[in-house]
Amino acid sequence: MASTPLILLPLLGLLGALLPAIGGRSPHVSARLAAAVVLAGLVMAGLQAPAVMGGEVLVERWTWLPAAGLDLSLRLDGLGLLFTLLIQGIGLLIVLYAHYYLPSSAPQRRFYALFLLFTGAMQGVVLAENLLVLVVFWELTSISSFLLIGYWTLDPSARQSARLALAVTGAGGLSLLGGVILLGEVAGGYDLTTVLASGDAVRADPLYPWILGLVLGGVFTKSAQFPFHFWLPRAMAAPTPVSAFLHSATMVKAGVFLLARLFPVLAGTQAWFLSVTTVGMVTLVAAAFLALFKHDLKGLLAYSTVSHLGLITMLFGMGTPASAVAGVFHIANHAVFKASLFMAAGIIEHESGSRDMRQLNGLIKRMPHTAVLAMVAAGAMAGVPLLNGFLSKEMFFSETLQPGMGGTWQTILPVAATLSGVFAVAYSLRFIHDVFFNGEPVGLPREPHEPPRWMKVPVELLVALCLLVGVVPAWTVEPFLSAAAEAVVPGRVPHFDLALWHGFTLALFMSLVAMVGGVTLYGVRRFLFRLHDRYLPEPAVLKWFTEVELGLWRVARRVLGAWENGSLQRYMALLVAAAVALAGGAFLTSGGRLAGGGGEWPDLATLLLALVVALAGAATVVQQRQRIQALLWVGVVGLTVSLTFVRFAAPDLALTMLAVEVVSVILLLLALYFLPQSSPPESTPWHRGRDALLAGVAGVTVGGLVWAAQGTPATGIGRDYLARTVAETGGANAVNTILVDYRAFDTLGEITVLGIAALGVFAMLRGFALPPARELRGRRWDPDAHPLILATLSRPLLPLATLVSLYLLLRGHNAPGGGFVAGLVMGVALILQYLASGSRWVRGRLQVRYRVLLALGLGLAAVSGMVPWLWGGAFLESAHGEWHPRLLGDIHWNTTLVFDIGVYLTVIASVTLILAELGRLGQKRIGRQRPYGSTAPETGGKGA
Amino acid sequence: MTLTVAFMVGWLTACGVYLLLRARTLPVILGLVLLSHAANLVLFLGGGVPAEVRPPLVGSGEGPMADPLPQALVLTAVVISFAMTAFVLILALRNRRSLKSDHVDGERRES
Repeated sequence: MASTPLILLPLLGLLGALLPAIGGRSPHVSARLAAAVVLAGLVMAGLQAPAVMGGEVLVERWTWLPAAGLDLSLRLDGLGLLFTLLIQGIGLLIVLYAHYYLPSSAPQRRFYALFLLFTGAMQGVVLAENLLVLVVFWELTSISSFLLIGYWTLDPSARQSARLALAVTGAGGLSLLGGVILLGEVAGGYDLTTVLASGDAVRADPLYPWILGLVLGGVFTKSAQFPFHFWLPRAMAAPTPVSAFLHSATMVKAGVFLLARLFPVLAGTQAWFLSVTTVGMVTLVAAAFLALFKHDLKGLLAYSTVSHLGLITMLFGMGTPASAVAGVFHIANHAVFKASLFMAAGIIEHESGSRDMRQLNGLIKRMPHTAVLAMVAAGAMAGVPLLNGFLSKEMFFSETLQPGMGGTWQTILPVAATLSGVFAVAYSLRFIHDVFFNGEPVGLPREPHEPPRWMKVPVELLVALCLLVGVVPAWTVEPFLSAAAEAVVPGRVPHFDLALWHGFTLALFMSLVAMVGGVTLYGVRRFLFRLHDRYLPEPAVLKWFTEVELGLWRVARRVLGAWENGSLQRYMALLVAAAVALAGGAFLTSGGRLAGGGGEWPDLATLLLALVVALAGAATVVQQRQRIQALLWVGVVGLTVSLTFVRFAAPDLALTMLAVEVVSVILLLLALYFLPQSSPPESTPWHRGRDALLAGVAGVTVGGLVWAAQGTPATGIGRDYLARTVAETGGANAVNTILVDYRAFDTLGEITVLGIAALGVFAMLRGFALPPARELRGRRWDPDAHPLILATLSRPLLPLATLVSLYLLLRGHNAPGGGFVAGLVMGVALILQYLASGSRWVRGRLQVRYRVLLALGLGLAAVSGMVPWLWGGAFLESAHGEWHPRLLGDIHWNTTLVFDIGVYLTVIASVTLILAELGRLGQKRIGRQRPYGSTAPETGGKGA
Repeated sequence: MTLTVAFMVGWLTACGVYLLLRARTLPVILGLVLLSHAANLVLFLGGGVPAEVRPPLVGSGEGPMADPLPQALVLTAVVISFAMTAFVLILALRNRRSLKSDHVDGERRES
């Protein structure tokens, strides 16, 4: 039966969480789905139980991120099984209970979804084999707990309590992560199998104090140990089923579970003993004392939970095998009786409308059945014989008496234990006496009576379990406990005797003292309450927390405001500075060789080109405020760069660049028509200096990188293409064959980007109108829109340009040319018509919709790539061959021509769409906003 | 030789960055244009700066040929940088319309 994968247990909860969400609006359906999911988990765990109790440890492993030591691995051993049974078993009862508890107006689907999410996360914690996986699930439990505490979203104090719990447990989770990483590094792996085997090495490591401190940080916050205990009483803002399940039976046990899990690795040192025992002891006594004074039923139970968690912590802290076994035993016992007590408290609240013990009195007459159940469970909490709490408490008492603790501990521990026992008896007595006896109810909102039959069933089952374990422990809990103990103290499981009667021992005497003391203490409670109210006021934890929260918020806003002040100019400066620092820093620290290659002198052409670029670039900067000049200088730079491509033997590139430069300058001039013709002087000298410095550093960095790159030997990819191109594609122009054949997929992406940009421009200009800006000296623009000579000359140019562009397209495979260049040439020719004769004239004669053309071009390119699929080829695979038709001579054909035509059409359409739309902008009527002249100028293309 | 081209690229970058940090949209766009020239040159020069080469046209003559791969990469980059310039220009126009100013932060009124 061990074949059921363990991963299903956490997955059931995590994925099952979706079920109630999609299961329709009916709360009955949601509850049943949730119950089915938990039941399935219980059955699954039950099927695994025999093997595990036989001593097997089931481990499953899926590789996830091996480089980080992170595998999705799970293990089921005795400890995991005990917890799994608690989670799934109590979980099932909670679902049943919640179905009656939650009012029908509550968002029930959310409750069950979050509940199952938590169940899955908790399962993950107890089954994790990899410690990093454990941390992930650990955080998931914190998050689902946060969501459940804040379940009543309209209650501000519930939301605050939820944030408080998340802040505390989340910080603890962070600490745990740090501890686990250190632990994994020291142990040489994150799997428990590895970690558990390297206990001696870990304890001897100099990092051990850090590991211990960080792990305990996670444990103490999760299990609400002093001084982090304050979140748990606040968490009682959650609905009672949540308090019963998360905040007493399961989630808060994750901390002590981890103590048990890592017991073989971390325990046994002086540091462990001192820190864990002390914290546990302080929590145990202080919380038990405080519990007595809570008037809120759930508040009393919450402090009692904190105290019992302290007891368990203290047991693990004492570090002997027997105390560890007692700790595990008490985890189970406490889960059972505390869950039933919370449910009873929930019933009382549900039926009477109050949780205040000053109002609740004499309920035994009104709800006798519930009263009996609650009294038995409270007896278990107090440690009354014949109930499960008695057994583990006796074990605890006798452990504190063990010799070997040394010195004063020998006295402190038993005294503290007895004292906590006294308080426990007193508050348990208060829970019984104050609620069910003690006169008559005072001002209850409702007349209390017994709850619906089925609401009591979960409580009855748990109380029956308290009795069964208490009376016949050997037949009920002992096998599970032995299996769990084997996981906590492997190979060292002490002989433990779960009997009711051990004779007249010192532990029994301590129990007696606790009983008598507790009853006496409760007898003088009025005096104590007065003392408490006078000297121990309730700390305003939520108020402090809110203040801290607000303070952090203010700091964060100030920091953010200092960086993010809304100035794009400043962001840009920061961005450039960061980029330069990263690139330059990486270069400097990598020990980069600043040795450029090639010592030869530059030839005259290169020198000249560099000089022109330098001058034109500098002129652009100097004249940037006179925009038309700056724009023309940018044109000069572009032309010089294309000449540089000629110099370095890149004819395709030079042709493309030339055409693009023409189009770009037209574009910039068109746009300038709508922008101010000059920039106002507004930068301070300081700003200009800072920008110049940044620019200088950026220039030196980029130039230095280029220079350094020349020093590294070239790879052979380019030469490889040159060697293969003719044989494989039949094309001699390697640049073109790379574009349309070898790297055609890249090209397809790039023309898509081009098309998107063009469509973006089109979309942004649609329905958009802008008045032209003032001319530089404030005069009106030249009204002569379409000079006659330009119009006359340009018209015969169109067919010629078309011919040239088709020629460039067709010869591209073998000589400079191809779809890009040809498309740009055609685009320029078309734009010329717009400029010369106006877009109205062109549109009247050339009825092409460029968007359709764009789609056609892109579609053609894409479809030409898909055709090879028909005969099982790859996307964009090409074929080529020779064709010898009569009269026409030899023709070399290649299927990539179709793709290149797609590129060609896309480029024409994009370029013309952008420019024609921008040109039309100047012709739109803007009503009164038109500043100059009564007749509209025909086109915006003045400067061109 | 390499120092000369490196200087060219570095100079273009410096001019581009300075313009990029200006306050008005058009100089910023001009800065972008200069920067894209610089970027294209960086990419192109990745193929080396030999003094004497011939174009990568197989069978067109004797002697070493230039590296075709950077050329192909830059060719599409040139076209795309045009598209980007166009897009940013239109953004600048819309910006001026909606903010009544061509300042990049839209704060100060047009002079």
